[in-house]
Amino acid sequence: MNPPEVAKPTPPAPKKPRRVGFGPRLSRWDFKFSPYLYISPFFILFFIVGLFPIAFTAVISFMDWDLVRNTGTFIGFDQYAYVLSNPKFWIALRNTFSIFLISSVPQLIFAIFIAAILDQNIRAKTFWRMGVLLPYVMAPVAVALIFSNMFGDQYGIVNTTLQNLGLPAVPWHSNAFASHIAIATMVNFRWTGYNTLILLAAMQAIPRDYYEAATVDGAGKVRQFFSITVPSLRPTLIFVIITSTIGGLQIFDEPRMYDQYGTGGANYQWLTITLWLYDIGWGEWNFGRAAALAWILFIIILAIGVINLFVTQGLVRNEGGRTAMTRAQRRTAARLAKRDVAATKSNKHQTEEAGS
Amino acid sequence: MTAVEPVPVGVTDRDIAPEERSRPPKRRRAVKGTRPGWFVYSSLAVVLIASLFPYYWSLLIGSGDSSTIRDPNMSWIPGGNFFENAAAVVNDPAVNFWLALWNSIFSSALIALSVVFFSTLAGWAFAKLKFKGSSFLLIFVIATMAVPMQLGVVPLYILFSEIGWTGQIGAIIVPALVTAFGVFWMTQYLQQAVPDELIEAARVDGASSFRTFLTVGLPAARPAAAMLALFTFVTAWNNFFWPFIVLDRQNPTLPVALSLLQSNYFVDYSIVLAGVLLSTIPLLILFIFAGRQLVSGIMQGAVKG
Repeated sequence: MNPPEVAKPTPPAPKKPRRVGFGPRLSRWDFKFSPYLYISPFFILFFIVGLFPIAFTAVISFMDWDLVRNTGTFIGFDQYAYVLSNPKFWIALRNTFSIFLISSVPQLIFAIFIAAILDQNIRAKTFWRMGVLLPYVMAPVAVALIFSNMFGDQYGIVNTTLQNLGLPAVPWHSNAFASHIAIATMVNFRWTGYNTLILLAAMQAIPRDYYEAATVDGAGKVRQFFSITVPSLRPTLIFVIITSTIGGLQIFDEPRMYDQYGTGGANYQWLTITLWLYDIGWGEWNFGRAAALAWILFIIILAIGVINLFVTQGLVRNEGGRTAMTRAQRRTAARLAKRDVAATKSNKHQTEEAGS
Repeated sequence: MTAVEPVPVGVTDRDIAPEERSRPPKRRRAVKGTRPGWFVYSSLAVVLIASLFPYYWSLLIGSGDSSTIRDPNMSWIPGGNFFENAAAVVNDPAVNFWLALWNSIFSSALIALSVVFFSTLAGWAFAKLKFKGSSFLLIFVIATMAVPMQLGVVPLYILFSEIGWTGQIGAIIVPALVTAFGVFWMTQYLQQAVPDELIEAARVDGASSFRTFLTVGLPAARPAAAMLALFTFVTAWNNFFWPFIVLDRQNPTLPVALSLLQSNYFVDYSIVLAGVLLSTIPLLILFIFAGRQLVSGIMQGAVKG
């Protein structure tokens, strides 16, 4: 039963413990330290390409970086002041939020409805699911090129169709809001199916008994959807919202490829923060400013994350709300309980007194 | 059919009293026995058409000539110029199409392999091995997922230019060798895929820790590893921001080459969209063969994550 290595007498600890199984002691070491070895690739890589650059970005953001000598001179908060006082920053911030909202809100609504449809007892499930996911494999750059063609101001299929329907053509590139819609459409095209499948998975985890009971109670499909499906999806929805927020605030590929210049439009109609970051860093070659902008972006994402967290907590508390009590009820209950305790205490007191 | 089954002749499930039936009737079937109607299928058809349309549109424009797009009465049937347009893309010396294709395949495949190996290794440690600080370290791994790429790109670029890697394909491979998502994904999967007794048995038999991983962990991780490989491959293939920054025009990946295509041919959309289609075909083929796994992978990840 014992392999020969284990049966061997324990040798004096070898200097280079490369082979394992020399003895129980070595084996114990192996099992004690190997886990750290196994997780070390991630941590080593993260320190080199993650943590160190983040800290270094902070340092560079306080500097006027010299590209030739690859060093900088400390100038304090000047880069932050430059970024925050530049009107382009506020335009980029507006555009980023606008594109993010126009993309994520309809995307989620569509995703929920498509998921609800896929959640039915349909034929050829896998085929439909694959069809929904088909856009996800197309590169964002490719999506952007195709859609920027379709949203062409002069000859685009969208405007042609609009005009055939007797509607006016939309200036998809010159109007800021129109360009945001076009870019959001690209994002929606690529990500709706992905989110659909995530929501579908969550829907399939909802116990079917709920629907059964609702049917017995006479609730229709629509009522069931809003009273059972949507509330049960809350945790997953929050997950999807957070991930799409983090991704949406970093949007770069689509606005960069929306026209052939890649500068966000003549009046920065669709300039986003990351697009501007690229322009400052690798167009103007000003790394100090780019680093400051990167930190500002990070702080924005963090702030949104914290807001998300609060909203999440609110929603989660809300979820139990249907069966749990309202705050007023809870207070009343607490007061009653307190009175009860006091009453029993004094009762006890009285009986004790009476007894003695 | 009945002849094969070892059931006493004449006795069917229905003859047995309900409480004696071996298996309870399937719940889901009972509730959702009715097939949905035309509304469901027509909605799905609309979604499918919307998913396919951009692919078809790139074929339509990419197979026409430069005047197609300006033609108000353009035909909805693809023209015959696709191969000429594709040849214009492939032979354009400024775009380096074949090199871009090779770079994309090479880097994505290498990244996928490496991510799977190192993530499985780390996931194995987090899921199945006991060590001090494991829960804190795992939380740390998950927390890193929230850090945006943009935060580190300036120093990363400086770092790579210091060691002379700018313009090199290694500069996009190395930062992606192992991902927090991968570690998290494999941890989640391995936690329930391998019974602890199996590891103890291997240990009693005297297998080293790494040997245990190779003989118990890796085989058990295979289904999740396949999905992780697919995801990582697709993500790496489509990645643009960092390759666009660090690679140069002479040595691009496919998305970077596509971005060059637009600035070269901004008037001629038929060539640009032929290039788009050309660069999408490899992933489309992958999707046709592995789309089923990709779908179930997304659905699994969601339930657990």
